[in-house]
Amino acid sequence: MTRIEELFSKKNKNICNIYFTAGFPKLIDTEKIILTLEEAGADMIEIGMPYSDPLADGETIQQSGSIAIANGMTLQILFEQIEGVRKKSEIPLVMMGYFNQVIQYGEEAFFQKCREVGIDGLILPDLPAAIYESDYQQMMKNNNLNNIFLITPQTSDERIVYLDSLSSGFVYMVADASVTGKQKNISNHQIAYFERIEKMNLTNPRLIGFGIADYKSFSTACKYSNGAIIGSAFIRAIEESNDLEATIIDFIGMIKNEKIEI
Amino acid sequence: MLETNLAHKKYNVDEQGFYGEYGGAFIPEMLYPNVENLRQQYLKIMYEPEFQKEFRALLKDYVGRPSPLYFAKKLSAYYDTKIYLKREDLNHTGAHKINNTIGQILLAKKLGKHRIIAETGAGQHGVATATVCALAGLECIVFMGEVDIERQAPNVARMRMLGAKVVPAKSGSKTLKDATNEAIRDWINNPNDTHYIIGSVVGPHPYPDMVARFQAVISEEMKWQLREQTGKENPDTIIACVGGGSNAAGAFYHYLENEKVKLVAVEASGLGNDTGKSAATSLLGSKGVLHGSRTLLMQTEDGQVEEPYSISAGLDYPGIGPMHSHLIRSGRAKVFGATDEEALHAARFLAKMEGIIPALESAHAFAVLEKMTFEKEEVVVVNLSGRGDKDLATYIDFFKLNG
Ligand SMILES: Cc1ncc(COP(=O)(O)O)c(C=O)c1O
Repeated sequence: MTRIEELFSKKNKNICNIYFTAGFPKLIDTEKIILTLEEAGADMIEIGMPYSDPLADGETIQQSGSIAIANGMTLQILFEQIEGVRKKSEIPLVMMGYFNQVIQYGEEAFFQKCREVGIDGLILPDLPAAIYESDYQQMMKNNNLNNIFLITPQTSDERIVYLDSLSSGFVYMVADASVTGKQKNISNHQIAYFERIEKMNLTNPRLIGFGIADYKSFSTACKYSNGAIIGSAFIRAIEESNDLEATIIDFIGMIKNEKIEI
Repeated sequence: MLETNLAHKKYNVDEQGFYGEYGGAFIPEMLYPNVENLRQQYLKIMYEPEFQKEFRALLKDYVGRPSPLYFAKKLSAYYDTKIYLKREDLNHTGAHKINNTIGQILLAKKLGKHRIIAETGAGQHGVATATVCALAGLECIVFMGEVDIERQAPNVARMRMLGAKVVPAKSGSKTLKDATNEAIRDWINNPNDTHYIIGSVVGPHPYPDMVARFQAVISEEMKWQLREQTGKENPDTIIACVGGGSNAAGAFYHYLENEKVKLVAVEASGLGNDTGKSAATSLLGSKGVLHGSRTLLMQTEDGQVEEPYSISAGLDYPGIGPMHSHLIRSGRAKVFGATDEEALHAARFLAKMEGIIPALESAHAFAVLEKMTFEKEEVVVVNLSGRGDKDLATYIDFFKLNG
């Protein structure tokens, strides 16, 4: 069992999964961000591998990635940082990145390294399902890694069943037809989509992400799923912070509405 | 008529959209429905008799095809061989790019899309897209790197005159690769009404194959033109420049499986392949994923896409199409690099020898005439992909043509 599967076996509502770009705002912030998020009450953390050409990402994550790369972040440094954090935390960790970096690192070597440093799952949005199935499914299983596929409002029911069958850990429900970081109120259309998927009784838990930014959108998403993923809003919050820890604690408090914002 | 059966081809695309190990559709799920729909539809639509009739009529009456195959007498004498030029520079809008945009705009209409997006580097594909959108009465949005908008002002003006909206790509290095990213992101955000007209044989399957098939008209004409002029339909050698690779794909297409025909791909070496300022993808790159396709690309050790450099904006791209990755890595095509300076001198030489000012991209293909040796009776076709009007400012600067 991965730490992700363990988490869902104990808790299956209101899962709070926070995305951050590794190496942003500063190269050395990875450990502080992860430990503070855990302390503040996040259930799971998604670590973004900063990439030069992040096709599925909007401006906020693009820019955080460019800054992280300029700060000197590399996969090697990131793996070292995660190895360090793992000695202090058992929070489920998912890496999110683009497949080119995995190919360049060497696919098998990459998966082995993930296992070694304590990564629990991967989100590789541009890895095709059929290629995963034929070339990498066994390799990831051997390394005790969950592989998480995305589904969107445009994904057909038949394909959702297929992607669910290939996923483990959870299924990532993209909330809207958009890149990351488009903040809007959740529409009736989206609610209808959430409900449609809820009725499908997928084998995996579902987390909703893209555009989730505050208590209102978080709690709405949680109503129709096992939890939600927050990325761009978190990056914007820490972007201008001069006290990272306080900002992170406030942010999670705001998302969970545990504290009224001043 | 072109082949619709994809099976049993050594160098052409297979059923899964791969050329050997290159190709496929490495795309986020958000793009899947559109790309999959296109994959299911493209051959069916393209080979409907009605579509072919309309496509062929526009190529003839609007683009001005067939483009001439011209025996370059003085150039041939100079290199002591037989050199023919495939005159894509004489097409409407000045390059081969319009062969593809005519095809794709007809396809977009069949798909019921009414909003067209495109990326452009030098602006040639942007102009070709804006042109066909005007023709078809469809909305046109062209993404162009902020840096390229500045260096290619005349083409920006042409697109605007044709009614297109030019949107600056401000991410990354603000050039062609980033304009392509922005177009893809726009497609993610507008999944229902929009068709993306990619400008080269790049992107997720079926784009490389679809664009190659539209550009294949180049080698289709070469066959009968060569038969008329030389008595046989096969040349010995075909030379073409490769940015993404669409003009080369079109010039090679009908000869891919005929290994007697030598295929020569020319990449832009910029200031030189060892200077860090080059766009010679297959010479400097390695396998990875770029813009939805597994292909060769220029990248760092850590897998970050590297910024290429070439004086020619149309070759200033960090990848090549998967067909070319396969042709080059399998040894089917031979690859050469040509530097900025070699291309500039080749452009001037062609202008003086034959009275033709080529596009800087095409000039790279001519530059390798200096590097190769030919038999006296060898039939060599150089694909003259575009005309040099858009590059006049560069030529003026370099050759001090203002006096
Ligand atoms: C005249 C001309 N030739 C060649 C190219 C390179 O593209 P491709 O390799 O797809 O033919 C361009 C691109 O802008 C061009 O304008």
